[in-house]
Amino acid sequence: MDFNDTPEEAAFRTEVRAWLAANAPAHVIPQGVALDDTEEVQRGRAWQRAVYDGGYAGITFPKALGGRGGSVIEAVVFSEEEAQYHLPKGPYIGIGLGMAIAAIAKHGTEEQRQKFIEPTLKGELTWCQLFSEPSAGSDLANLRTKAVKEGDDWIVNGQKVWSSWAHRSDWGILIVRTDPSVPKHKGLTFFVVDMKSPGIEIRPIRQISGASDFNETFLTDVRIPDSNRIGDVGGGWGVCMTVLMGERLGSGSHKAQVSPLLDYAASTPGMNGGTALDSGSIRAALAQAMAEEQGAKYLEARLRTMVSRGENPGALAGMIKMSYASRLQKTSGLAMELRGLDAIAPSIDDTLTRSIQYDYIWSTVMRIAGGADEVLKNQIAERVLGMPGEIRMDKDVPFEALK
Amino acid sequence: MNFDLSDEQKMLAEQARGLLSERSPYDHLRALIDAGAEWDESLWRELGEMGFLGVAIPESFGGLGMSALDLGVIAQELGRCNAAVPYYSSIILCADAIRLAGSDIQKAEWLPKLASGEVVGTFAYAEGPGPSFATGVKLEGAKLNGSKTPVADAGIAQLAVVLVAGGGLALVDLNQSGVTRTKLESFDQLRAHYRIDFADAAAEMMPGKNVLATLLDRAAVQAAFEATGAAEACLTMARDYALDRQIFGRSLASFQAIKHKLAELAVEVELARSNAYFGAWAADESPDDLPASASAARLTALTAFENGARENLQVHGGIGYTQEANCHFYYRRERTLALGLGGRDYWTDRLINHQPGLQGQISSGKAA
Repeated sequence: MDFNDTPEEAAFRTEVRAWLAANAPAHVIPQGVALDDTEEVQRGRAWQRAVYDGGYAGITFPKALGGRGGSVIEAVVFSEEEAQYHLPKGPYIGIGLGMAIAAIAKHGTEEQRQKFIEPTLKGELTWCQLFSEPSAGSDLANLRTKAVKEGDDWIVNGQKVWSSWAHRSDWGILIVRTDPSVPKHKGLTFFVVDMKSPGIEIRPIRQISGASDFNETFLTDVRIPDSNRIGDVGGGWGVCMTVLMGERLGSGSHKAQVSPLLDYAASTPGMNGGTALDSGSIRAALAQAMAEEQGAKYLEARLRTMVSRGENPGALAGMIKMSYASRLQKTSGLAMELRGLDAIAPSIDDTLTRSIQYDYIWSTVMRIAGGADEVLKNQIAERVLGMPGEIRMDKDVPFEALK
Repeated sequence: MNFDLSDEQKMLAEQARGLLSERSPYDHLRALIDAGAEWDESLWRELGEMGFLGVAIPESFGGLGMSALDLGVIAQELGRCNAAVPYYSSIILCADAIRLAGSDIQKAEWLPKLASGEVVGTFAYAEGPGPSFATGVKLEGAKLNGSKTPVADAGIAQLAVVLVAGGGLALVDLNQSGVTRTKLESFDQLRAHYRIDFADAAAEMMPGKNVLATLLDRAAVQAAFEATGAAEACLTMARDYALDRQIFGRSLASFQAIKHKLAELAVEVELARSNAYFGAWAADESPDDLPASASAARLTALTAFENGARENLQVHGGIGYTQEANCHFYYRRERTLALGLGGRDYWTDRLINHQPGLQGQISSGKAA
């Protein structure tokens, strides 16, 4: 076991650091500056182009497809170093890299690979994900948006929800029902869709945080050529699983949250003189959170080691997200308490308290998005511990016969 | 980065697990308790013969000179089966104390005997209710006076490292007339505890100064492995029972209330194991990281074991409250591991006080 970089990894890290120091500062978004979303996407495209030109886009993708042909660990090193800068890297870039072209590389045709992979690596194409529906969240395969074949095209009708940044995306990855006469997982097909296609209407959802970066997407007689189908007709669920695996591993979501809170507690007046960190209950809560956060960090290191050997960590990957989301909810709640009554109505220029409030709200969606806690617990129980699967009343029933 | 056990370490774990599952099944533990045995002496001899006790003792002193991680791999297996051996007292604490603080002569005299299992050692630090690390025992000249209680495995130990006034460590041969050992009633039926009274007992000061915190850090990492192994055993036992038990016409394991309970426990076990790996790596390779990583390993392992021991019994239902079931071994051992080495308070403070940039900002100055 070695937690340090190998000599090769250390050399790569040095090279990446030097390249970032020379190139990243021009793209950094100053902290506390809220960009117009059109401008943010432009900046995101420009940064991704710079990464491509530097030779670091799609590190694990083969060179023949425009990638670097590097290792998983190199990709991790690059993202660790990149995270030192506050760069424009929203879902419009991340969904393209982590999900869309990952699915196309694995399940797509040669023509599709040529058409989509390199332009996405260059930041020329931005992407959104059109999976969830009002009645298909945790039970994703329950989706109702349908596609019917007409000549060489498919005609799509239905509604998708939670499509982050759909309003600023060039393309979407889409899963739809193409055969309602078979059980629900078997009648699905995976497409990529041009978001400028006639019949697509995007409406923003106002979230509890006040932001609107999720959308509802309505599809009315949208025409998708069969050449934009990824994988087999009826094989969409398998493609979807490739994509969701990318989502869970790529989220990097254990990012340090507790340390700043510790610093904050150490500089905040306590109840009995001294600082808030002198309180035993606050120390205990912070220490437990910090110990769990470190455990998640080293668990992620174990999973990366597995991935770098070509092993699939499967449901273990869900443990990191599960642990992060509930920890964030607890620690951001504690942060609001430390802030005192001021946290419910801070002064207009108090950006710190605003970010604490935002974390408290954001933590609620983290326990739902990318697999709700309850779904992840089922997966861990079934796939890691070998416990029985949930009773699925709809397993062998044709979709059209379901209520 | 390669954050996994090596093939050799995986093999070591398998060997230890194979031996222990054969020699230390639950019925054997029950027979030891019924016979009033303080330990499983023949298993201890066997572990010594196979080299398991000397894994982290330097080769020059009769050990195998391997790493803290190798030792942790074994501690995890011992924790898994609740073996009735004084490994925690003799190897994790006593031998490591001598390695850290002993003179070359003391090391040469005792480490080979501890490594072979010929001598059992222990570490005497508590002096009754209250803080774990008391120093009311005084060493004047070469004479030791005062009392330590409780001291684990002191009935079978020949040698004790004793925390004395001033914070130093002294070596005491327990087989002498100035030492009186009184057996206590141990909550953990598989780990005997004693009160020791010293009346002008002959003792040797160990030359190493200020090693207590490091000794405890290193021991905390090993105890975290032990607790992780035990927590995983609780998880497996609960899972197996739930798979076997039929209720309301279906398997108990098919109920989501049970699945979710055990899934949460599985996450706690993996977080604890990951922290223990890093703590062991830091103990050997990155001493600056040891205090915080040992504390994190300690806290997460105690959480996993505490919940594991409790929920295992809960999943078993009424049968879990009987001695016929095996839950009680872990339920008692959990408290023994949790209260030793300073308990949660000590490790909470240590973790917080060893965060970079925080020293000096904490007005209470609780740093250990």
